[in-house]
Amino acid sequence: MSMKRRTVLKGLAASTAVLAMPAVLRAQAAPFKIGLLTVKTGPLAQGGIQMEQGIATFLKQKNNTLSGRKIEFISADTGGNPAGAKTKAQELVERDKVNVILGPLAAFELLAITDYVRDNATPLISLAAAEDVTQRKANPFIIRPSATSAQCCHVMGDYAAKDLKFKRAITISEDFAFGYEQMSGFLRVFEDNGGKVVKKLWPPLVTPDYTPYIAQISKVDCVFNGFAGSNPVKFMRAYADLGVKAKIPLLAGWTAMDDALLKSLGDEAIGVYSAAWYSADGQTASNKRFVADMQKDYNVLPGGYSAGMYIAGQCVEAAIQKLGGKADDRKALADALHQVTLTDTPRGAIKFDKYGNVIGDVFIRKCEKKDGKLVNTVIKKYPNVSQFWTYDEKAFLAQPVYGRDAPPAKNLEQ
Amino acid sequence: MSWINSRRVAIGVALVLLATLPVWIGNPYYINVSSQILLFAVFALALNVLVGYGGLVSLGHAGLFAMAGYTGALMLDAGHGHFVAILAALVVTLATSAVFGVLALRSTGIGFLMITLALGQIVWGIAYRWAGLTNGDNGVNVTTRPAPLGISLASADYFYYATLVVFLIAVATMAVFVRSPFGAALRGTRDQARRMNALGYNVWLIRFLAFLFSGFWSGVAGLLFIYYNQFISPQVSALTTSAEALLMVISGGTATLLGPIIGSALVVIMKNVVSAYIERWNLVLGVIFVLIISFMPEGLVPGSVRLWRTGWQALWSRLSAPAARKTGEQGP
Amino acid sequence: MSLWLTLAVNSIALGGLLFLLSAGFSLIFGLMRIPNLMHGSFFMLGAYFGVSFLAFGINFWLAALASGAAMAVIGGLIERFLLRRLEGQILPQVLLTLGFAFIIADICLMVWTGDPWQPTTPTHLQGAVQVAGLFFPIFRLVIVGVAVVIAIALWLMVDWTRLGAMIRAGVDDAPIARVVGIKVSQLFTLIFALGAALAAFAGVIGAPYLSVYPGLDFEMLPLALIVVILGGSGSLLGALVGSFLIGFLYNFGQAMFPDLAYVILFLPMLLVLVLRPQGLFGKVVS
Repeated sequence: MSMKRRTVLKGLAASTAVLAMPAVLRAQAAPFKIGLLTVKTGPLAQGGIQMEQGIATFLKQKNNTLSGRKIEFISADTGGNPAGAKTKAQELVERDKVNVILGPLAAFELLAITDYVRDNATPLISLAAAEDVTQRKANPFIIRPSATSAQCCHVMGDYAAKDLKFKRAITISEDFAFGYEQMSGFLRVFEDNGGKVVKKLWPPLVTPDYTPYIAQISKVDCVFNGFAGSNPVKFMRAYADLGVKAKIPLLAGWTAMDDALLKSLGDEAIGVYSAAWYSADGQTASNKRFVADMQKDYNVLPGGYSAGMYIAGQCVEAAIQKLGGKADDRKALADALHQVTLTDTPRGAIKFDKYGNVIGDVFIRKCEKKDGKLVNTVIKKYPNVSQFWTYDEKAFLAQPVYGRDAPPAKNLEQ
Repeated sequence: MSWINSRRVAIGVALVLLATLPVWIGNPYYINVSSQILLFAVFALALNVLVGYGGLVSLGHAGLFAMAGYTGALMLDAGHGHFVAILAALVVTLATSAVFGVLALRSTGIGFLMITLALGQIVWGIAYRWAGLTNGDNGVNVTTRPAPLGISLASADYFYYATLVVFLIAVATMAVFVRSPFGAALRGTRDQARRMNALGYNVWLIRFLAFLFSGFWSGVAGLLFIYYNQFISPQVSALTTSAEALLMVISGGTATLLGPIIGSALVVIMKNVVSAYIERWNLVLGVIFVLIISFMPEGLVPGSVRLWRTGWQALWSRLSAPAARKTGEQGP
Repeated sequence: MSLWLTLAVNSIALGGLLFLLSAGFSLIFGLMRIPNLMHGSFFMLGAYFGVSFLAFGINFWLAALASGAAMAVIGGLIERFLLRRLEGQILPQVLLTLGFAFIIADICLMVWTGDPWQPTTPTHLQGAVQVAGLFFPIFRLVIVGVAVVIAIALWLMVDWTRLGAMIRAGVDDAPIARVVGIKVSQLFTLIFALGAALAAFAGVIGAPYLSVYPGLDFEMLPLALIVVILGGSGSLLGALVGSFLIGFLYNFGQAMFPDLAYVILFLPMLLVLVLRPQGLFGKVVS
């Protein structure tokens, strides 16, 4: 990768210019530090590298200057585990004294540092989806411009029941919290609209062969999968190879059919429906710039991991703009981030609810092959989707957080 | 220059440096990294009891480390005090060590390694799957650190000092253990198991007790870990944690006191400090391991001592009698 | 009913792949007593080589053979220049092979990025066998065929050739073998290279089925360990039976006892180790 780890004030000319300035101005001109918690080694590196590309693209477009403030960008590799996330958060906060943290990638990483960023008053813009961080355990220092785990899955539940008119479904996802939260969101809306989830399958995160699970799929109208990382590639191939895809349509959460993943998929992905908060063919001006630059610099079609960090950068810019000289006050910054509203981001217009979670559009896409390439074509847009879907916020929060058996499935069959 | 004296001076200097570390390091981040080195050193020292002195290579110690961590975290989560939580954690870890020991000591060598690996993986599977108890991969938060003698350990400095005290106790205990008749007996079972048997020693019992001793200190390290991170999740019990501890022991030098400590410093610094500057730090760490093996197969600490001595002797032989040259050339 | 049949057929298919993976491990571990913790890395690196060869338009089987050959060279060099000096020293061997596992994993990430790769199944092997509404991919059945061919070839080599006789002599008593003029060190280099080649070959064959991604190395390593432990080290028959046993345990275990999914392979391994430490087919070694 061509990007340098630290983009600091470059060149002698710049530094002498800074030294020559009066003290007050110099304090003003001290760079605003953005720290990125990402994963660049190990099994989760795929998404982590994309995250870094996303924010790097944004900062490059802005010439490392947001609302007149020079930006110093620091990237930290957590290795994809909670203890690493904690240590790297400490590095960013205590050693580098960053103004804001972007990331991390995985829910279990985020949960390991939520208390820490609150205690150390450092604002964080999350990509990770862990529901409760913007619900029952909302944190005044955290906003999330991506989505909660279930935010898109609620939409898919609605679309599957109302538009596709499916009645019976099986859910399959990795056996961990991100999977539970996704599947429960789908189940709740699907069943509230007359559908039935008749079986829930939970393969472990590390599953060399999905056949034992796929072999259990029969007699339903659709299968909803919430795989993430490299697992969807393996799962979808097996799903097609075993002849199930020809009979039972496949639905997917955003990570399973992310645009950046398309190049790893083959014809087995054609026809898969997915619900995502970002789609690379979005028509906003910023998205066109973003996609063009990502293709130019990295030769990739960007997906949610990159877009999430690009949008996080836009949020930081908006907050600095609002605060002006007070952007170094971390509490003020956290509050300003909660107030951010943007009309032009790669995913469309966004704003935040009082818990810090995004309210924005969610797209239903269908995978097609055009000119020999797989593309996710948007077929329906659900505008301004909240993390609570259409449910009453208080009633929603009074329920326990989505889990493996919460809400309980009423229609399971043997 | 007397060997004993130089050793004492070195220990004295090390103690002074360790005791004043927060003063000359200053930045809380590096103080925290130092705490991590010390807590993983305790873990590596515990593993070294089996690997180094007992000749029993365990790849399941993360299971014991995590057992202490989970018990402590869950007891605290249930509203118990620190004293009760720590006590319970150590008791549970000892009990688990006993079970591990009974099963694993059915075998030695590779068999022992495989059984401990399987046991560790089973603990990992339970931590992951029994979400009702462990909260699955969401993990368990530890909201407070203890305040021994009324001193809060919330700050990096005080936590470092608390870790240092535990670390020094661990080192002292290990030193006593190594010199004790029991330590000698354990080394005997490593080198000459049959002869030890013939001499009337209960080889199994010696190994079992060593396993408990190792398990106890792994538990202590596990408690330090949760108090440091204020968080525990199934990854702590994963095979990588066991492998990392084993790498610390082997790279530093088995059957030495200093080796595991140096190994811990190497791995923790690579992972947390060097990784901030070198994106491909995993590659560098791998190369370091290969280099260590190529030039010092016995590990960093004994290897450096050997190179130092042979270097010294080579120098000496050039200056004096040819008889000394011979010893220099006989170096391993 | 059809569920059980699918699982049974797939158990055999997975068993075939596991045999390809673990045959090399069994050779290295059984004959040379080296706990080769980079075996999963050989599998992964081989698969990545295959991906690149296939991208050049090379035939699937040629790509698998070429990847095997490349890995034989890499494995041979590692054995000749590094591992040989550590004969009989388990701990340094562990450190060295783990060190290489780190290096290989990071190089793969650098060269092939973090994105998953899944080569398409060779065209002539696409499609499925359909019997009584059952649907089974041809490619997986081919894997079983390849595994059986390789098993027979290895068995012939070890039991019926002069080379095999020398290998067995070298393993049973290296000093005596050296005295009678067998170049034991060269034999060991050969075995190690062969083991590495088999792993890489398996990686390519398995790629359309398992796909290739960072972390594949440490998913495969425990499987190879379990197969060899269950079957008994140094026994090709053991590795073969162990592979199919694990194939069945995995498939039926995951489907019937989902709550035990995480420990379904380690519990039987533990039982075997505790009750019969030499493995099901292994000889008692001191």
